[in-house]
Amino acid sequence: MIVAFYIASAIAVFSTIMVITRYNAVHALIYLVVSLLSIAVLFYLLGAPFAAALEVIIYAGAIMVLFIFVVMMLHLGEKSVKQEQQWLKLSMWTGPGLLAFVLLIEMIYLISLQSLEDGGGMVVDAKQVGIALYGPYMIAVELAAILLLAGIVGAYYLGKEKTTVLHRFLKQQENG
Amino acid sequence: MVEIPLTHSIVLAAVLFLLGLVGLLTRRNILFMLMSVEIMLNAAGLVFIVGSSRWAQADGQVMYIFILSMASAEVAVGLALIVQFYKKFNTLDTDAASKLKG
Repeated sequence: MIVAFYIASAIAVFSTIMVITRYNAVHALIYLVVSLLSIAVLFYLLGAPFAAALEVIIYAGAIMVLFIFVVMMLHLGEKSVKQEQQWLKLSMWTGPGLLAFVLLIEMIYLISLQSLEDGGGMVVDAKQVGIALYGPYMIAVELAAILLLAGIVGAYYLGKEKTTVLHRFLKQQENG
Repeated sequence: MVEIPLTHSIVLAAVLFLLGLVGLLTRRNILFMLMSVEIMLNAAGLVFIVGSSRWAQADGQVMYIFILSMASAEVAVGLALIVQFYKKFNTLDTDAASKLKG
């Protein structure tokens, strides 16, 4: 069990170092996904299976997809096909693939072990989290909902195409 | 079940946070800076989960869920800003926006 913790943390540190030293954004993103997956394994080991699931679904799933969409939006053009070929070379995804494979083996081992659930009071499962979330933390949940609404409105406003509105004097000056 | 030492997990979270900080300070590409911020937020969430596991309480995980929702809102706004930045300056270098005018 303790060995699994050290393997997962070594993978997390290594892939994070790879994230901040890559020059190519897509390579860094793939290593970032591996880093998030290893942190999800750490959450599972620390007795927080619900947080581990959220880490995989929201961080490694939704947020990374947003990042990849933006990278793809920024590189529109004729050279993008060549770039895609360059990015998807075998040599570049063997590293993250190997790390993710190690994590997968570790996860299968941990799930087959079943001692996290049998161990007793250490595990804080989704039921306790839900009771705490909708009991004493109700107002904080509502504030988080307002924050998400503000995020949606802000992203919509910033992402909108802006039409440049000139003052009519400036327009006359430009014409004249 | 062997208990995971508290100091080791906290040191791991500190190392991840420092890596994110170093990335934020050294890289000038705005996309990489946003990724480093994500790494730092994730390290902060890791500390909350460690605390939740240490005292076997759900409060740490609740705080982690709040950090998660805050990070997703931040990423949505940040990526929209990056798209606008790229449209305006045709680069992702933050030094291009060092002047406030315009």
